Amino acid sequence: MAVLNEEQEMLRDMARDWAKNESPVAEFRKVRTSGEPQAYNADAYATMAQMGWAGVIIPEEHGGSDFGFMSAGLVIEELGKTLTASPLIATTIAASAIILGGSDEQKAKWLPKLASGEAVATLAVDESARHDPSSIETSVSGGKMTGKKAFVHEAHGADLFVVAAKDGLYLVENGDGVSLTTRKLTDQRNHADIAFDGAAAEKLEGGGDSLLEDVLDRARVLTAAEMLGMAQAVFDTTLDYLKQRVQFSQVLATFQALQHRMADLFADLAQMRSAVEGGLQAIDSGFGVGQAATVAKAEANRVLHLISNQGIQLHGGIGMTDEYDVGFYLKRARVLESSWGSSSYLRDRFARLSKY
Amino acid sequence: MATQLEPDARADENAFRTEVQEFIAANFPEELKNRGNALAGVEGPSKETPAQKAWREAVGERGWGTPTWPKQYGGGGLNKAEARIVEQEFAKAGAYNPIGGMGVMMFGPTLLEYGSEEQKQEHIPPICRGEIRWCQGYSEPNAGSDLANLQTFAEDKGDHYLVNGQKTWTSGGQWADKCFAIVRTDKSDKHKGISFMLIDMDTPGVEVRPITMISGMSPFCETFFTDVKVPKENLVGEEGQGWTIGKRLLQHERTNLSGGGSMARMMGASLSNIAKKYCETNEDGSLADPILRDKIANFEIRWSSFLLTARRAVDESKAQGGVSEISSVLKKVGTTLGQERAELLIEIRGLQGLGWEGDEFSDSELESVRGWLFGKATTIYGGSTEIQNNIIAKRVLGMLDHQ
Repeated sequence: MAVLNEEQEMLRDMARDWAKNESPVAEFRKVRTSGEPQAYNADAYATMAQMGWAGVIIPEEHGGSDFGFMSAGLVIEELGKTLTASPLIATTIAASAIILGGSDEQKAKWLPKLASGEAVATLAVDESARHDPSSIETSVSGGKMTGKKAFVHEAHGADLFVVAAKDGLYLVENGDGVSLTTRKLTDQRNHADIAFDGAAAEKLEGGGDSLLEDVLDRARVLTAAEMLGMAQAVFDTTLDYLKQRVQFSQVLATFQALQHRMADLFADLAQMRSAVEGGLQAIDSGFGVGQAATVAKAEANRVLHLISNQGIQLHGGIGMTDEYDVGFYLKRARVLESSWGSSSYLRDRFARLSKY
Repeated sequence: MATQLEPDARADENAFRTEVQEFIAANFPEELKNRGNALAGVEGPSKETPAQKAWREAVGERGWGTPTWPKQYGGGGLNKAEARIVEQEFAKAGAYNPIGGMGVMMFGPTLLEYGSEEQKQEHIPPICRGEIRWCQGYSEPNAGSDLANLQTFAEDKGDHYLVNGQKTWTSGGQWADKCFAIVRTDKSDKHKGISFMLIDMDTPGVEVRPITMISGMSPFCETFFTDVKVPKENLVGEEGQGWTIGKRLLQHERTNLSGGGSMARMMGASLSNIAKKYCETNEDGSLADPILRDKIANFEIRWSSFLLTARRAVDESKAQGGVSEISSVLKKVGTTLGQERAELLIEIRGLQGLGWEGDEFSDSELESVRGWLFGKATTIYGGSTEIQNNIIAKRVLGMLDHQ
């Protein structure tokens, strides 16, 4: 855990208590049962926004607290621990795009609404099942957008889409010319393909040539923060289980084969936390963001993959049941591992950024 | 942010930075630029040149080789931020820290915690000046991972102890002036029968025999003690407290073996830069072999995380006022990555990277081979990876012993 200041500790403790008491995995089970494509509890998101969590990276003049990405990551990590379904990450990523690339008018129009929870936004970049920001066909002509986006996170219920077109990022309001097709993935969360057919689009003119990659780096790091919370939760739950479960008249935690496996996972989790916190801090400092974000997401992918698999294995047969939560983490893990860059994509990107 | 500095503090830091820069300009000999620290190395000393000696004495006099140790014993008396400035400025100038070795890494911090005032006055200043080499008398032929099984016995003879027994894997024993050792003073209790004492290596009855390793080097020795007289004032702490003190020292050892600067220095140039020299590249400078490129990136990503973890362990320990729990993973992760790097280096260089001797191989190629072989020791000594796993499972994760 990075060394935090007092505000950050308060924010984290508040998020931790709320997630534990108000948003345990049982709440996600209710969302799942409802079968709504939006797949989150809008009242719960309104509460989260009231607590200021949607405005953590938004400047004070636009209704946020400007606490920065490290602080946003703390909240997201805590929510990840209980698999809280919400458009918080999606909205924060979209807000970062407006902060980096928006005009004064665009900022004044959208940021206060995103901070207050009145509006929800999300980033739409990829056009196929694999992350590939270099092959975008979506185009804008005369202020009208045409194109398709695939597997957009938190698309249902979004008021605003930040959309990558050939020549940059655009703001597109949900409305005429925007149609959604639900894509039910294994995590049973909110995903949809989007078709834009002459939808009104307004360009984010600022932010320079690197705007898309800069926003994607923020998406990678914030997603990695959610993954960190998930990995920590699976690790803690598994350790707890090993200390309870008795076989051969011994609790499992006494077996050295399992002790050493947990020691390995503990070390990997430490590496993941360092990488994720390093990514968040890099964005706040503005130094070495591309590489730090790549390392953060690559390590999050590697370690969550490992821990989500071992979580099942170490629980044994009971871990295979829907009644146990550990399987939910496995399913969500793979969706996040495949979003904003798989492990091989990120290794390639790291090598490219390092010029080899 | 708590980590941001107040304006006053920042002004002080700038002033200190200037002081360090002036010190380097006045004292660091140009001919030593970008050269390593012979004294702290695992291969033993090279003959100190006049320039090396001058630099060691200059740094030693300031106490900046041991920057955070108390000034009254010859340390720098600096805070963490100032120590980091010294480190940064040395690195910028291509200057090394000439004060190192086991006295700095392990023994000094332990003695500062457990030693008597007289012992600190006697032993810490020469460490800060880099004048005395210490070696570690821990392992024995039948006490490796089961260290507390040690049998070297120190018999109470009134004003002194009479020590008999054998130590092994004594790193740098052949060059050491003194030895910090754990020995048995009571045969009736495995752990409480152990005491921590300091032995002069030139005392009659001390015999050192270097052991030739698979690397062809002899960094370790067997050390025999036959009726060696050790004055009572060389006992550190109380009789029977040796296991507690000895384990504390191992914590320092683990932190230094992995997280500290020594590991980072051992890693040398980036793998990708080396690969670009040895392997085919595309027009844009990228490596032509996509699988090797992927392997290198996979390694460098995890190495980046490790550097962040090492930094985090230091920050957390400082903030908590005690050793952070992630310190327990540093040795295990750092040494494993070090070995992986050495193996990748061989893959990059092919047979040219496996030279044993001869002018057809560059110094750096030959050193890498020896380093690859020596590096196999890193997951064995200082508490093997398996012992580290036991420690993490039991002490950090609270997994119980078999009942």
